[in-house]
Amino acid sequence: MIERYLVAASSYAQDIDNLILLIAVLVGFWLVLCEVVFFYFIWRFRARDGHKAEYVSGENKAHKRWITIPHLLVLVCDVFIIYGAVRVWVNVKQTLPPPDATVRVIGQQWAWTFVHPGADGKLDTADDIAKIDELHVEVGKTYHYELSARDVLHSFSVPVFRLKQDAVPGRIIRGWFEPTKTGEYSVQCAEICGMGHGLMGARIMIETPGEHAAWVAGQKPLSLASAR
Amino acid sequence: MATADITTDAHHHHEQTFWSKYVFSTDHKMIAMQYMFTGMFMAAIGGFMAYVFRMQLAFPGMEVPLFGLVGPNDYNALITNHGTIMIFWVAMPVLIAAFGNFLIPLMIGCDDMVFPKINRLSYQIFLLSAVILLISLAVPGGGFAGAWTAYPPLSAQAQYSGTALGSTLWLVAVALEFVAFLLGGINFVTTAMNSRAPGMKMYDIPMVIWMIVIASVLFMASVGPLIAGAIMLFMDQVVGTGFYDPARGGDPVLWQHLFWFFGHPEVYVVLLPALGITADIMCVFARKKLFAYRTALWTVFGTGILSFTVWAHHQFVAGIDPRMAHIFTVTTLLISIPIAELCFIYIATLYGGSITLSTPMLWALAFVAEFLIGGVTGIFLGASGADIYFHDTYFVLAHFHYTFFPIAIIGTFAGITMWFPKMFGRYMSEFWGKVHFWGTVIPFNIIFIPLFFLGTIGQHRRIYDYTNFPELSLPWMQDLRQLATVALIVMLLFQFIFLINMFYSMFRGKKAPKNPWRANTLEWTTESPPPHGNWPEGLPEVYRGPYEYSTPGRDEDYWPQNVPS
Amino acid sequence: MRPIANTRSAAGIPTGRLAVWWVVASEIVIFGGLLASYVMHRLAHPAWAEQAMHTNVWAGGFNTLVLLTSSLSAVLAHKAAEEGDGPKAARLLGYTMLGGAMFVVVKAFEWTAEIQAGYTITSSTFWSFYYSAAGLHGLHVIGGVVIMGFVAAAARRNEELHRVELIGIYWHFVDIVWIFLFPLLYIAK
Repeated sequence: MIERYLVAASSYAQDIDNLILLIAVLVGFWLVLCEVVFFYFIWRFRARDGHKAEYVSGENKAHKRWITIPHLLVLVCDVFIIYGAVRVWVNVKQTLPPPDATVRVIGQQWAWTFVHPGADGKLDTADDIAKIDELHVEVGKTYHYELSARDVLHSFSVPVFRLKQDAVPGRIIRGWFEPTKTGEYSVQCAEICGMGHGLMGARIMIETPGEHAAWVAGQKPLSLASAR
Repeated sequence: MATADITTDAHHHHEQTFWSKYVFSTDHKMIAMQYMFTGMFMAAIGGFMAYVFRMQLAFPGMEVPLFGLVGPNDYNALITNHGTIMIFWVAMPVLIAAFGNFLIPLMIGCDDMVFPKINRLSYQIFLLSAVILLISLAVPGGGFAGAWTAYPPLSAQAQYSGTALGSTLWLVAVALEFVAFLLGGINFVTTAMNSRAPGMKMYDIPMVIWMIVIASVLFMASVGPLIAGAIMLFMDQVVGTGFYDPARGGDPVLWQHLFWFFGHPEVYVVLLPALGITADIMCVFARKKLFAYRTALWTVFGTGILSFTVWAHHQFVAGIDPRMAHIFTVTTLLISIPIAELCFIYIATLYGGSITLSTPMLWALAFVAEFLIGGVTGIFLGASGADIYFHDTYFVLAHFHYTFFPIAIIGTFAGITMWFPKMFGRYMSEFWGKVHFWGTVIPFNIIFIPLFFLGTIGQHRRIYDYTNFPELSLPWMQDLRQLATVALIVMLLFQFIFLINMFYSMFRGKKAPKNPWRANTLEWTTESPPPHGNWPEGLPEVYRGPYEYSTPGRDEDYWPQNVPS
Repeated sequence: MRPIANTRSAAGIPTGRLAVWWVVASEIVIFGGLLASYVMHRLAHPAWAEQAMHTNVWAGGFNTLVLLTSSLSAVLAHKAAEEGDGPKAARLLGYTMLGGAMFVVVKAFEWTAEIQAGYTITSSTFWSFYYSAAGLHGLHVIGGVVIMGFVAAAARRNEELHRVELIGIYWHFVDIVWIFLFPLLYIAK
């Protein structure tokens, strides 16, 4: 559903889309049902001459059935949604599959700094590549991110990954993603961070192994001290 | 003191000056009017802010008529104060304070609030808070621009926000508003508990009174931690402490917990009065007893208690322990049970009725139809897995406008059109009332349905210009934004019809009798408008519940609460 | 002029007492929020124990005693008011006010010493909590003493004697807040 307008480019994007679809179907059913019955009643029981309303207290069992049974059915739907939500959440936020590489993501007013491991695949070595507002990753590899903020709250949001995580000053938050489609996509800051919040967009380039290696080779390693 | 003394005292009419009658009155009805008109004035400001920032979104960089160029900080200040005003200075004063003040004494059959002077003080503090908020918009550096949630460090440290004075004044205004509503709430709860008419038992209280009282209790129980949080934020801003500064042993996420521990019950604080208003209106215009009154009441109690356990669903991706998300997903989805139950109760109330589509009834029905959309879209956000994607997108924005708009705007219009004859002793025009109804509800949907869609495809919130995001500035997206903006302007223009209808009817409308809607509750047994003391010839007694409509064996299809059997 | 509403008692509790209980309930959540925030921070920062060493446990302990004693005279004042002895209730409330004033004076000396020793509100987040929580409590003490002054003045003329009980409930609440503050801020090392 969402995919028609926004590429699903991470290993879990499809799971999140499916969860959204599941919720849409379940709540859509109840929404349509309620609205149809509601409007039908309004039409069916409109005031007519010589017609008196019925006296229904709704307090006896026979009447109450009409609200208790639907509400038990809602509970059943809730169980399905909870199951789906927990499953996706555990996968995206609670597990950390072994990484192929780690990138450091630093939010500050009003730009993103991305520190890529250089050719050696390790952070905090001399060949690290720090880039402003530009994140380069390789398709099909599992990445960990180390998210931090220098001043106020920011939120690292990659819509094509369906990923979002707030960056909190004073903390390093770890998470993961695995890009599955190549291309250049948008990275947003999704937490208001001051005047330039609307400018705090970055780009993510998902590259084939060959392209990525060529990009790494073409970079001059930057001084680390500024990028920690 | 003997009761007789007081009654003569109430009759004792001295010369009332303009000041003692309209400004320093302790009469609950006048204080209700003060709250209502202050709320409407603030709504006009909040609506104007919406117009300005929607214009900027539809036509980025345009010089907005009546405002001028919208800079990024202006934009942030506008959205921040739009949210703050609409919740704290519109929804709360009108739904709780205005209707609470007007209806509680009249519907439970007493002459005033238990503490009239505290009631007046409550309004005066509220007015002061509104003035401070308006001043905060004009100080050097600009108004507070850190979103209505005011997350630190942005809200705590002027070096990041650039609005040192604006932030502090905003915080002081919000804190004073809380104090005003604490005083008002204590008055409401005490009055409803102690001052009911003889014979009015627990299940004889009209739903709207129950709802306002439960809302006041929810407010009192939830706002404390945020007041503590606001004190800490104030110290951070002014004294230079580091409660929310991680570099000095503080924690910015603490504020989020304190804020949402209040912020989520706050949704129910404003929802419940609107639910109560619509329940009463639906019973009157469907000529039906409320379906399962006791179940409805206990369901609301349950909702209130449950609403204290869901707050962290606002913080799924905020850096909380990921294991906590499961608890809050479960509690949040559980809250759908009582709300669904209430919805079924409302639908069942219509069953077998004799429904007249008067203006108040249209508003009440629209409330249910629209709030349902707001309710079900909340499920997406309460489900942790889906919220990873939806958090802070326009989907969230559209969702809560589909809850708050029915609550604060549709619910308010339902209440005003319902009780207008009682407030002013005259009818409003039904024709213009219906024109205004359709002119408000249709554009409302045209504003927010496109925003649901834009949010679903990744448009994030609080961005003053989407041209910085190529994926979000395709021409058809811009068309949708313009559609929403045009619908908003249409909707705002239709509000003038309401204002003209209201002020014209106040002075020139058709005179209304005591009980124009043939309703059961006590306020309809006194004059329209009620005189000082409400029932000069003696306070009423109660013999039955509020919803005895179409009772079998009676000629009339209503049975007022004060008529002895 | 008192409205009839104020004289009714459908819930079986006098209106004034009911309202004061609601005031206390809403105050409990304010202090509850502040103290819960403090406890969460304290658990996350064991190093604050070292800061807490520099608080004056003797001054805090003495103040605890003063407040508890002042609550006792508030109870006796309530009893006198029940018996209709307004002047006696006023005199006993006077002792309570004296206790409140002594509490504030001791606090002033204590804080002066601490500030002179370099422990100010911005020294660390422990001291921020220390001054904020005790300061908020101190404002409640001062407010209580002022209101008590009005109540006592009326009681001396045998007027509004039911208010003696109401201010007493409030005073006990202020007392109990201190019973929580004292161990949390002073003793927990």
